[in-house]
Amino acid sequence: MQLYLPIADIPVNVFLVLAMGAAVGFVSGMFGIGGGFLMTPLLIFVGIAPAVAVASVASHIAASSFSGAISYWRRRAIDPTLALILLSGGTIGTALGVWTFTYLRSLGQLDLMIGLSYVVLLTSVGGAMAYEGLRAMLRTRRGGAVTLRRPGSHGWIHGLPLKMRFKRSKIYLSIIPVIFVGLVIGFIGAIMGIGGGFILVPLMIYLLRVPTSTVIGTSMVLTLVTMIFATMLHAVTNHLVDAVLALILMVGGVTGAQFGARAGQKIRGEHLRLLLGLLVLAVGIRFAVELVIRPTDLFTIRETGGGAP
Amino acid sequence: MTARALLVLASLLVAIFAASPARAERLIVSVSNHRVTVTPNYSGEELVLFGSVERDADTPLGRTNYDLVVTVIGPRADMVTRRKERRVGIWINSDYRQFLQVPTYLALFSNRPFDQIASPEVQRRQQLGLNNVLLMQRVGPDYADVVPDDVFRSAFVRLRSERGLYRQETSAVTFLTPTLFRSTIPLPAEVPIGTYNVEIKLFTDGALVTKADTAFEIVKVGFEQFVANTARQNGLAYGFVTAAMALMTGWMASIVFRRD
Repeated sequence: MQLYLPIADIPVNVFLVLAMGAAVGFVSGMFGIGGGFLMTPLLIFVGIAPAVAVASVASHIAASSFSGAISYWRRRAIDPTLALILLSGGTIGTALGVWTFTYLRSLGQLDLMIGLSYVVLLTSVGGAMAYEGLRAMLRTRRGGAVTLRRPGSHGWIHGLPLKMRFKRSKIYLSIIPVIFVGLVIGFIGAIMGIGGGFILVPLMIYLLRVPTSTVIGTSMVLTLVTMIFATMLHAVTNHLVDAVLALILMVGGVTGAQFGARAGQKIRGEHLRLLLGLLVLAVGIRFAVELVIRPTDLFTIRETGGGAP
Repeated sequence: MTARALLVLASLLVAIFAASPARAERLIVSVSNHRVTVTPNYSGEELVLFGSVERDADTPLGRTNYDLVVTVIGPRADMVTRRKERRVGIWINSDYRQFLQVPTYLALFSNRPFDQIASPEVQRRQQLGLNNVLLMQRVGPDYADVVPDDVFRSAFVRLRSERGLYRQETSAVTFLTPTLFRSTIPLPAEVPIGTYNVEIKLFTDGALVTKADTAFEIVKVGFEQFVANTARQNGLAYGFVTAAMALMTGWMASIVFRRD
């Protein structure tokens, strides 16, 4: 069934977009990530203008992370205090990121910067996660206990002042690294146009030692707030949010996210990390290949309206 | 009332004189639909252009060897064509060319190849064919069109043609009788919204005899128009509604799928 999108100005197959939303929603519910780094390239592939795709995906991620967050909340798998402190850092990071974005664009070559940061971030984060997941799996197979939180190994992070007790997560931690993580995610998210869930989850696990039980739900809250903020920002500044496209994506996305969240609870933590690591790594490699392989067409056209390129 | 009648009369007279130059043919043309509306199930459309060559007493009697060229020009926009180059192992956009106020849609139809209709000089002057249409570019400090085989220009035309937005068909105009003709104007689904000008040029013996203009527009109506207008004029409200819609959808899903 074809449907004409009022802002994207092209007709799309409703069922195809629904299926794409559901697939990405499943992944996002399972791993507690927004899935923007998967959805945006998919939409561009279908023929939607990149700017419209990025803007509309933000609201889609908001919807699926909200539905995911509700079901995690019911399972008491969200740490509200931790989410709040992460958000305070995230807001500052987003503001800094938007400012840097504008500055980079004035220098030109923003596209290349985005492409390169995708490659570097996705391959390194994905590689590290896949490696860690694999090692944890091998350790369990050999019969050793999986101890993500090694009780004796208090790193430098635990020596920092301003410590706080996060009841739901059962950790006692300084708020300085928490704010710092929020700041980094907000910054990266604003520059790359993604929620940053796939970086946030490993940072929370490895750096902050947040237990797996609350890490996904809490990261979803952060994704939800940033993406609502991003939707508003895109709607006000660029007028490029396609509500019809967003609604189709949302309906598919929230459905997928529910099943994904359920599947995610059944899979063991280290398997989950290995899977997510491999997924992120695969997308990163795809971006890298695009940069390295000779493109089939060396030329591209872009409409610029009245402005400079 | 009388003043208005006079005005109408005057403009009619002007029109008649303007439309009857030394050569005595006149073109009467129309398109099948002057207002293409974009509805939810819109997926492109095909318009029919038809018309006839009106002759009068001054027309040389045996003259029936007419050639016709139809040019459809969509709304104009600025565009950039970029070329990728390999630098330090990766392919990056290096060089670019700005195209200024070029048609987003451009179609050239005729009843036979342009070479047979007119000499290269006339083809260039009358902008017959994609190679001769003026595509203004910014080349260094200058604003000009370049030779047809320029890399950026030919890449631009090629990429637009691949999407069906630039097209040239030298057999698309059919003469039903020596003076009656028709042609179809295919509009792909991703054709831009706006006003389209259609210019019809009549040639005989390699020279332009007369020309006529008509136009049609592609507009969004109803829901599409409402959404597009709100997004543009009320960004904040639109953003709020979209955000609320996202939250509602997420909340609904968690109710629908609740198992406990």
